[in-house]
Amino acid sequence: MLVMVMKLSLILITLAMLGFIYRLVKGPTVPDRIVALDAIGINLVAMIAILSMLFKTYAFLDVILLLGILSFIGTTAFSKFLEKGEIIENDRNH
Amino acid sequence: MSLLHLAIFSPFLMAILVPFFYKGLRSIHTGWFVLILPILLFTYFIGFLPVTRNNGTVEKSFDWIPSLGIRFTAYVDGLGLLFALLITGIGSLVVLYSIFYLSKEKERLHNFYVYLLLFMGAMLGVVLSDNLITLYMFWELTSISSFLLIAYWYDRERSRYGALKSMLLTVFGGLSMLGGILLLSIMGDTFSIRELISQASELNGHPLFLFALILILLGAFTKSAQFPFYIWLPDAMEAPTPVSAYLHSATMVKAGIYLVARLSPIFAFSSYWFWIVGAVGIFTMFWGSFNAVKQTDLKGILAFSTVSQLGLIMSLLGAGAAALHFDALNDNIYIAAVIAAVFHLINHATFKGSLFMVVGIVDHETGTRDIRKLGGLLSFMPITFSIAVIGAFSMAGLPPFNGFLSKEMFFTGMIQLVDLNIFNLQTWGMLFPILAWIGSIFTFIYSMMFVFKTFSGKYQPEKLDKKPHEAPVGMLISPIILAVLVVLFGLFPNLLSYSLIQPAAAAIVPSLVEPGELLSVHIVHWHGVTTELLMTIGVIAVGILMYLTLSKWIKLYTLFPGKVTLNTLYDTSLYAAERGSYTFTKAYMNGFIRTYLVYIFVFFIGILGFTMWTEGALKIDKSNLAPIGVYEIVLVIIILAGIFTILFAKSRLTSIIALGAVGYTVSLFFVIFRAPDLALTQLVIETVSVALFLLCFYHLPKLNRHEERMGFKLGNLIISLGVGTVIALMAISSHSNKMFESIASYYVANTYKEAAGKNMVNVILVDFRGFDTLFEISVLAIAGLGIFGLIKLRLAKKGGEADEN
Repeated sequence: MLVMVMKLSLILITLAMLGFIYRLVKGPTVPDRIVALDAIGINLVAMIAILSMLFKTYAFLDVILLLGILSFIGTTAFSKFLEKGEIIENDRNH
Repeated sequence: MSLLHLAIFSPFLMAILVPFFYKGLRSIHTGWFVLILPILLFTYFIGFLPVTRNNGTVEKSFDWIPSLGIRFTAYVDGLGLLFALLITGIGSLVVLYSIFYLSKEKERLHNFYVYLLLFMGAMLGVVLSDNLITLYMFWELTSISSFLLIAYWYDRERSRYGALKSMLLTVFGGLSMLGGILLLSIMGDTFSIRELISQASELNGHPLFLFALILILLGAFTKSAQFPFYIWLPDAMEAPTPVSAYLHSATMVKAGIYLVARLSPIFAFSSYWFWIVGAVGIFTMFWGSFNAVKQTDLKGILAFSTVSQLGLIMSLLGAGAAALHFDALNDNIYIAAVIAAVFHLINHATFKGSLFMVVGIVDHETGTRDIRKLGGLLSFMPITFSIAVIGAFSMAGLPPFNGFLSKEMFFTGMIQLVDLNIFNLQTWGMLFPILAWIGSIFTFIYSMMFVFKTFSGKYQPEKLDKKPHEAPVGMLISPIILAVLVVLFGLFPNLLSYSLIQPAAAAIVPSLVEPGELLSVHIVHWHGVTTELLMTIGVIAVGILMYLTLSKWIKLYTLFPGKVTLNTLYDTSLYAAERGSYTFTKAYMNGFIRTYLVYIFVFFIGILGFTMWTEGALKIDKSNLAPIGVYEIVLVIIILAGIFTILFAKSRLTSIIALGAVGYTVSLFFVIFRAPDLALTQLVIETVSVALFLLCFYHLPKLNRHEERMGFKLGNLIISLGVGTVIALMAISSHSNKMFESIASYYVANTYKEAAGKNMVNVILVDFRGFDTLFEISVLAIAGLGIFGLIKLRLAKKGGEADEN
C-alpha cells in the first residue's frame, strides 16, 4: 500500500517536473526559467526523498541536503546575475 | 683496430687538430700541417702494392655493432688500393696547391681543411670498406663534407644554391643506395661484399634482385653525375678550385664508378646491369661533351667534361659486364673494356686534376674564368700553358699522352660490343660506337677551346681586372707533377699495367681470374691500322675542322630552347614540390578547429564503423538486460528535452540553463542507479560549471552576442548522427560481449575486512586504487594553477610590452 502511494506520488512529481521543464524550455523570460529551475531543484529533493524510501536506504539524505543548498545558491546567483550583471563583484582587481 | 683502420680514421683525427693549429700557429699556413698526413698515407698505401700485385688482399676487421652483423671490415684489394692511392696522392697535391691558392689572411682555413680532411677520410672509408653499412656511412659522409666544401664561400648565393642542389641529389641517391644495400643484405643475409659476391649466382634469380640493382645504380649514378643526375656537378663549380680539382674530378665523382666496379661481380650477369650501366654511360659521355662546347666558363667546360669522361668510364664498365658471359680468359676480348675503364680512371684523375689547377691559376692571376674575356695569355704564363696543353690534349685523346691510349681502348671496347650477340645487341649495338665517336669529336673541340681560347688569340687587357703574370712556383708544383704523370703514363703505360691496373681489373671480374692467374694487361701504342685508330684519326680530322668553323655553327646551340633543360626541370620540380606541399597543407590545415573536428570525427566514424562492419563485431544480446522502470523512461524524456533545448535554443542563456537541467537529471539517474557519492559530486560540479558558463557568457563581447539559433549544416548533422550511432552500437556490442565476470565481488567482500571502511566507493578511491586519485588531485591542482596563471600573468598587455610582474 505504502509502496503504491510512493510510486503514485513519484509519478505525480515527475509530471510536475515535466511541467516545469516545459516552462524552462518555453520561457519566455529568463526569470521564468530560473524559477522553473529552482522548482525543479525542490522537486528533485522530494523525488530523491521518496526514492530513498523506496530503496529503503539512508544513503541519499546527503544528496537531499546538498540539493537544497545548491538550489538556493544557484537561484541566488542567477538572480544576482540578472540584477547586477555579475555574480561576484571584484573591484579589487581592476 | 689495426694500422689500416687507423689510416682510414687518421684524417678524422687530424680534422680535430686542425683548428688548434689554425688558432695556435697563425704565422704558418695551416695547410702545411695538413699536407703531412696525405703524404704519409700515400706512402703507407704504396706499401700494399706488392701484396695486391699478385691479386692478394689484406683484410682487417673489428666489431662495430656485432649484434646486427655490422663489422668495420677494412679490405684492400687492387681496386680499393687504386682508389686509395688516387685519394691520398691527388689529396696531397691538392693540399699543396691549396696552400698557395688560399690566402692565409683572408680565408677561413680551419674550416677548409677540416672539411677537406673529413672528405678524405670518408672517401678512404668508402673505397676500403667491405661492409656495406660502413660503406654507406662513409658515402653519406662524403656527401656531407662535399656539401660543406661547395658552400665554403657561404656568403655567395650561387655557392649555397650549388651546395643545396648537390646535397639533395646525392643524398637522394645515397638513400636509394641504402635501400639497395638493405635488399641485398636481405637476399644474401650478410653485409659483407665479398660474401655477397660468393653467392652472386643465387642472388641473380631472387625476386628482389632487380630492385636492388636499380636502387644501387641510382646511388652510383647520382654520385658520379650520370645522365640525368649530372646537373649538380656544374653548379658545384662554385667551390674553391682545389675542391673542384679534388672532389669533382678525381675522387668523389668516382665513388659511383667505384661502387659500380665493386658490385659488378654481383650484378653484372644481369642484362639489366649491362644495358643500364652501358647505355646511361655512353649517353652521358655524349651529352656531357656536347654540352661542354657551349660553356663560356672554364670550370663549366671542365665540369661537363668530367660528366662526359665519367660516362665514358661507366660505359666501359657496362661493356665489361659482357666479359662475364664468355668464360675463357685467354681470348676474352671484352675484358679489355674493364682494363680500359681502370686505365682511363687513372688517366682522367691525372689530367683533370691538372686542368682544374690550371683554371685555378688562370682565375687567380687574371681574376676571371670567362673564355670570352681571356686570350693571349701564352706569353704571360708559359708554364701554365704547357700544363694546359698536356692536360687538354690528353683529354682530347691525342698521342703521346695517356688519354690517347685509354681513348683507343675505349673505342676498342665499344666496337667489340657490336659483335656481341647477346642482349639484343645486334640491333642496338651500333649506337655505342657511334655515340662514342660523336662524343669524342665534341671532347676534342672543347679541349681545343679550353687551351686556345685561353692562351692564344688576342690579349684583351681592358677586360681583365689584373695584369696577368705567371703563377708562383708553389702553385705550379702540383699541376706540373700531374702533367708529368700524364706524359709518363702516356709514354710508358706499362708502368701501371701490372702494378695497378691488373689487380684492379681482376677485382672487377673476379670470377674470370683463377687463383694464381693474372689478367694479361699490355697496353701498346701501336697495334696496327685498326678500326679504332681510324676512328681516332677521324675524330681529330673532324674535330679540327669543326673547331676552326666553330663560330659558324656555335649558333646551333641557341636553336635548342634554353628553357628546356634538366636544370629547369630540377628548379621547377623543386618549386612545384614546395608550392604543392604548401598548397596541400594550406588546403587541409585551414586553421578552423571545426574543420579539424570534422576530420577527427569522420575518421572516428570511418575507422570504428569499418572495423565493426568488417570484423562482424556488432552483436546484440538481450539476455543480460535489466528491466526498465517508469522513472528511467521519464528521466530519459527529460534529458532528451534538455538536449534538444540546448541544440535549438535561441539564446545562449537558455542553453546554459538547459545544460544545467541535463546535469541535474544525470544526478537523478545516479540516485536511481544507487550511486549517492556520484550524485553528490555531480550536483556540486554541475552547479559550479553552470556558474562558470554564466561567467563566460557575461564576458562575451557585445559584438558577438547574437541571439541566434545555431546554424544548420547537413554535414554536421550527418557526422553527429554517425558518431552517436557508432558509439551506441559499440556500447550495445560491448555490453553483449561480456567475456568474464566482473571483479567487483572482491571489493564487496574485502572493503571492510582489508581496508576498514564501509563506503566501497570511497575505499576504492583512496585505498584500493589510490594512485588514480593522487593524479586526479594533481590534475585539479594544475588546472587551478593554470587558471590563476592565465588570469594574473598578462605579459603582453599594454602596447605589447612584456610585464612579468
